[in-house]
Formats: sequence, structure tokens, C-alpha cells
Amino acid sequence: MGYPDYMRESIEKVNATRSKRLGVQYPRLTMEQGNEVLRDHHPDFKDEQKRNLRVGPNKGDPANHEFVDVLEAHTAIQPGDVDLEQVDWDVDVLVIGGGGAGSTAAMMATEAGAKTLLVTKLRLGDANTMMAQGGIQAASKPNDSPVIHYLDVMGGGHFTNKPELVEALVKDAPLVIKWHEELGVMYDKDPDGTMITIHGGGTSRKRMHSAKDYSGGEIMKTLRDEVRNRPEIEVVEFSSAVELIMDDKGACVGAVLMNMETQEYKIVRSKATVLATGGFGRLHIQGFETTNHYGATADGIVMAYHLGVKWVFMDSVQYHPTGAVFPEQIVGLLVTEKVRGLGAQVLNMDGEQFTYPLEPRDIESSKIIREVEKEGKGICTPTGKWGVWLDSPLIDLIHGPGTIERELPAMVRQYRRFDIDIVKDPVLIYPTLHYQNGGLDIDANTATSVPGLFAAGEVAGGIHGTNRLMGNSLLDVNVFGRRAGRSAAAYSKDAEPGKPTLEHLTRYEEELKKAKVETDRHAPVLLPEYRPEHMREHILDIPL
Amino acid sequence: MADDKVLQAIDEPPVIDSEICVTDEMVEVYIMGKPYTVPASLTIMKAMEYAGYKLVRGVGCREGFCGACGTVFRRRGDYKLYSGLACQTLVEEGMYLTQIPSFPAEKAVYDIRELEPTANTILSYYPELARCVSCNSCTKVCPQEIDVMDYVNEALRGDIERAAHTSFDCIMCGLCAVRCHAEMPQYLIGILARRLYAAHIAARAQDLESRVQQILDGEFDKELADIKELSVEELKDLYRKRDIEPT
Ligand code: SF4
Ligand code: SF4
Ligand code: FES
Repeated sequence: MGYPDYMRESIEKVNATRSKRLGVQYPRLTMEQGNEVLRDHHPDFKDEQKRNLRVGPNKGDPANHEFVDVLEAHTAIQPGDVDLEQVDWDVDVLVIGGGGAGSTAAMMATEAGAKTLLVTKLRLGDANTMMAQGGIQAASKPNDSPVIHYLDVMGGGHFTNKPELVEALVKDAPLVIKWHEELGVMYDKDPDGTMITIHGGGTSRKRMHSAKDYSGGEIMKTLRDEVRNRPEIEVVEFSSAVELIMDDKGACVGAVLMNMETQEYKIVRSKATVLATGGFGRLHIQGFETTNHYGATADGIVMAYHLGVKWVFMDSVQYHPTGAVFPEQIVGLLVTEKVRGLGAQVLNMDGEQFTYPLEPRDIESSKIIREVEKEGKGICTPTGKWGVWLDSPLIDLIHGPGTIERELPAMVRQYRRFDIDIVKDPVLIYPTLHYQNGGLDIDANTATSVPGLFAAGEVAGGIHGTNRLMGNSLLDVNVFGRRAGRSAAAYSKDAEPGKPTLEHLTRYEEELKKAKVETDRHAPVLLPEYRPEHMREHILDIPL
Repeated sequence: MADDKVLQAIDEPPVIDSEICVTDEMVEVYIMGKPYTVPASLTIMKAMEYAGYKLVRGVGCREGFCGACGTVFRRRGDYKLYSGLACQTLVEEGMYLTQIPSFPAEKAVYDIRELEPTANTILSYYPELARCVSCNSCTKVCPQEIDVMDYVNEALRGDIERAAHTSFDCIMCGLCAVRCHAEMPQYLIGILARRLYAAHIAARAQDLESRVQQILDGEFDKELADIKELSVEELKDLYRKRDIEPT
């Protein structure tokens, strides 16, 4: 294994130019130049990849085909399929999703005295939060402030973000880090306790807090341990919500769950519900590879849409600039932005810089796509994928030998499994589908337009506008997860649920018919399909 | 837009004569004892899907971070037991494999804020620590290449700081516990060590402390309220002019 000979030729050019490139910074694009490269090369601007939605509250809005496909699909169940009167759980707060947002929501809801049930499709902690590597932003240093953070977030999001959500994000940020510190998250610190912080794409201050390159993992493992330390939070794993339940007054009053192993359904009645189901990476928008968790199938957003909740910015997708494209076995795998934060440059086949390495993600991705598609200076992999080099060895040259192994243990390990030593050789990367910028429309307290329904984390939108900066999603799940838990608990105190129904599903079906949508798809989709077609064509549906 | 020549080049990747070039070569693997023929270039996880399994168990992040996919296997003609993460390990001809998606373990329940990081804290929650026979089986099986036996013994000695650092990369896959003669859940000991260290031993961040106080005192409320009211043009102007801390 390792790199094939023809790639080595290009690598030699990279290695040969390294010392000359040390300290030579490629200039940042101006805002105008940035907009131009986005317009010409970012996948969000490819109109042929989108169509206008024909049903629901966002009727008429454009979105990527893959996402429209799950909205223009039959509902997962019909009202007659389940008996809503046979209630399995009756709780104050139902939290759907067991990642960062769901776990924090459940903690806050119980702290506020609400009887809380957390249900999750796979295991507790199975979420993109677990996989986030680079870090979490917070204006914790004296030269920084929530106001400066605010400006960076707005600039990164092209000033489309909802101001009240950004305010909540930046203001709660230091509180979240402090909370984590008390819970025992092992952040990188100097011996005197000062947090080690670095830049991320689009930051004007070094405010990226990290736990090596296992930042999300360290946070998620701690949150999971903490949830399990609190017996008052009931956790039910391998149980996916398949539709939300509404009452005769139009409020959300629970959910229908399905056991992922036995397919038995269960009914939860709740006074308030928090959706924390994550994003849509596993829909493989525009055919892109993804860094996302197996369960990221947009199920939450589909369920909420059936209930009439509008979404914002769902036509905007984040392609992480540096997804692995070689070796084949790890294609799509995230190469953390921290690598560029530590000084690695992005290079073409000739070992030349062609972009400032820490542009906001959408611009960085567009520049890489441009270098390959327009300039023709990409490197082809044996399976026909294209990429450019990320010069990891430069890091040790800048910060001293041993830095890479110390700061990027996960990455060193992942490449070593395939005989690639990132201390000596660069890695081949290309943009990969990373994040759903948009999501359900919420207010600063995470309330949606449906009473009793709250949303937090990647499933919600508006916080990041049309582009999220690195380190703001680990932050987002914590800030809005905590807020959702508190809001849901407060709402549940005087909620008086009416008669539960699934009539909204019937209405949705009628709308599909009226819009002449013809499809045999059903949604929410719970897991992606990776079995080969030749196999699926031969499946017999016989009860065992 | 890309010009035609480049597009053509993209359509026709160069033919590469290289041993690593992904081929159509197939291998036979035994999934829980039953043979399936799968492409040699796949990870165990993708090979199971290729064989027709719709995975619900033993799958999570698919990138080596979540510990859902611990797998044990043997190779033909080799008595040794091997292990790895299904999402990170390639199939091999004649591999016999079984996933261990979940392994029973009892987690101690504690309130981290109330704990004190004494030499006996971890031991009091996991007394089985003392049963370690230093067989090193846990270290050998760990897909994260962690010196598991070391952190277990550091925890036993009460060296919480070391145990925290040694166990840091643990993804809690549970493979070590499967092999443990002393029947202990090493990874639960590891996370207790890390939480104890971070919450009680590492120095607290003073900057952070003061910033939190400023926020609670409402020091930024006015400025934030003001900036929220700015028009997009005004914001853009501020953004353009913002000073950037040198790297
Ligand atoms: S220490 Fe144990 S649980 Fe942690 S990664 Fe290694 S084998 Fe898995
Ligand atoms: S497997 Fe158990 S007994 Fe053996 S060294 Fe590890 S912790 Fe000790
Ligand atoms: S699926 Fe998460 S580690 Fe393999």
C-alpha cells in the first residue's frame, strides 16, 4: 500500500518546494473575489442539481433533488397503522436524537424538573458530534469578545444568518466551555490552565478550543457518560421516531417510534418534544461522498415538515474542503481543518499554492474544485477521483518535530493503517459533503412554528446562514441543545395536550396527490442503502 | 466552467499500472461462518453490505471514531485471534469474522462534580481493577493501539493524570473488555480517569472564568444588541475592516 509511483512523482514536487513555501502565505481573497469563485464553482450554485418543491410549507422553494425526493415522498406510516391510545411512555419532554444536542437537551430538561425520555435511532452518542475533530469556538480570550465572534459568524454565513440565533450562539459559547470544563472534558490546555486556542477558517481571533483531533469525540463521550450518570433520564436506544403526533389544537404531543431491530412500534405521549436528529449527509446530495454519521438521513426534518414546520437555507450545503480521496477505503473521511489551522498548505499537482488555506469553507472548497475542474491541476486517483495535496509535513517544520503526532493522533493513525505517513508525505483531498447549513426555522429558544415542538443542532437552521464556520457546530449543538431542554421543560409545565391524531399525515398525502406527485418512495428514510443493486433485486419478502 | 479538454480528462482517468490500483479482485470471507465472495478492496463493513447485510448493529460513524464496529477474526492457517474496527479494516482472503457490536458492562454511577481525585477514587468505583493479572491481552486487542494495560495499572496506582492521557484515544469499542481475564470494563475506567483529571486536576482556565463572569454580568448585552441592529451593508463594512490576529 502507500502511494503508487505516478503519485509519488507529484509528491516529490511537493516535498521539493516545501522549504521554499515555509512562511510564504498565499493571499486571502477579497469578499468580491470570494463571491465570484463561489458563483462559478460552488455546488450550491448548480441550478440543474435542484428543483422547486411542490408540497408543504416550503412549496415553490428550490432544493437539491435528493432532499426534494424525501419531501415529495409518501409518509412512513398511515393513521390506520398504529393505535395512538395504547401509550407506552407518557412524559413531559421527549427528546428525539442521542447526539450532542439531544444529550444536552435531556440533561437540561431533567434539571428543570421535567420527566424526560431520550430516544435514539442507533446508540446514545451515535452522531456527527462524535466525529467532529477540529474544535469548538468560543470567545474566551481577553483579545476576543462575543461581539467579534458575532461578526465572524455573520461574515462566514454571508450575512444571511438570523441575528437572534447568532447572538445566542456567541453569548452562550464561553458558558458551554465552562460547563464542559466542570463536567470533565479534557480540553487542550497549558499547564497554568489557559486553553490552547488556534484559528479556524474565517476566524479573526484564535478561538478554536480542542481536545487533540478527537474534540467532538471527547465532548460526546463525556456527555454520554453524564447522561448515564443521571438515572432520571430514561434512554431508549435503537428506536427511531417515524412520525410525530399532533393534537386537535395543532400542537406536537409525542411520536410514533419503531424498534430498529424488531420493527415493533411504540407510542410516546409528551407535552413537549425536542427534535435533535441531525442533518442529511447520508442522502449524498449531488452524489458527493460524505463525512457524516450513518444515521444522518434527514428524518427529523421530514417528520417536522409533515407537521407543517418550515425550513430555511436547505438549498445550502457545506462541502468540507478536505475530505480524503485516497486511499479508496477512506474516501470521504474528514481531514480536520485543524491541519490547515496548524499551517498545512493546499497545493496542486505541481506543488504550488493556489489558495489561502483558511478561507471560509465554501470558498476553500470552491477554489479546490476550480483548481481541478478549470485549471486541470488536480491529481487523479487510481479509481478516477480527483484531488489536490494537503501538505501535512509542513506542520512539523513550522512548530517543531513531533507536533503532528501530538496534535493529530487520529489522523496519523487513520493513514498509517494504509501505510501513509502524514509526517513525511502530504495527503490527497477533495471537498466532501459535511454539513447541512440550513434546517428547521427556530427562534432563539429553539421553538418551531408548531407549539410543543423544539429543534436543536444540525436539524435546525438559520444560525449559520448559508455557510457555517468550523467549530461552530460543536458549539451549536451544545448551545441550542441546552436551550431546547430548558424551553421544552418550561413549555411542558402548563401544556395541556388535546386529543392525539395523525391527521396531518392524511393531509400531506392529499397534498401530494393534488400536486400530482407520483412516487413510490416513503420518508423519513431511516438508514441509507448501501447493499448492491444486484443483490436487492433478488430479495424475497417472505416472513420468516 | 471547465473547458472541454479538462472535462474529457476527468472522464478518462489515466490508466495506472500499479499494484495498489483498485482491481476487481474478489476474495472469500466468512461472515459469522458463512462464506461470501466480495471485492478485495473493501473494508469489512462495506464487504458485509456488499454481501447483502443491511446493518443496524455494528455500524455508526463509519470513520473510526465511535467504537460501534469492533470485530474479531482469524486468518486461514493461523491460530491467532485478530481484531479491528469493521469500518477501518480491509477484508482478506480466507478471513473468518464476527462483529461484537455490544458487550455487557456495568457503568458506575457518580456525580463528577462531587468526586475528589484521590488515589483510591477510581478503585472505589471499579474494585475489579485490582484483579488485573497484567496479561496484556487488552493492549494487544485495542484497535486504537492504546497501551490499555498501562492505563489500567496507572488507574490502579491512583495516577489519574497518566491514566487520562494514556486512555485519551479510547473510542469505547469494548474489545479490551471481551478479552480481559479480570473481567473489567477498561474503557469505563478510562473515561472516569479523564473526567476526574479534566474536572479536578487540570488547572482551570482563568480567562474563561472571567469571560463567563462578564457575560453573566451582561457586559456584552448592549454591544450585541447594537450589532444585531446593523444593516447588512454596515456589517459588511465592519467585517471588511476587522483586524485578524496573526497566525
Ligand atoms: S481501550 Fe478498549 S474500548 Fe478503548 S479503544 Fe481500545 S479496545 Fe476499544
Ligand atoms: S486484559 Fe485485563 S487482566 Fe489482562 S492486562 Fe488487560 S486489564 Fe489486566
Ligand atoms: S463505525 Fe464508528 S468506529 Fe467503525
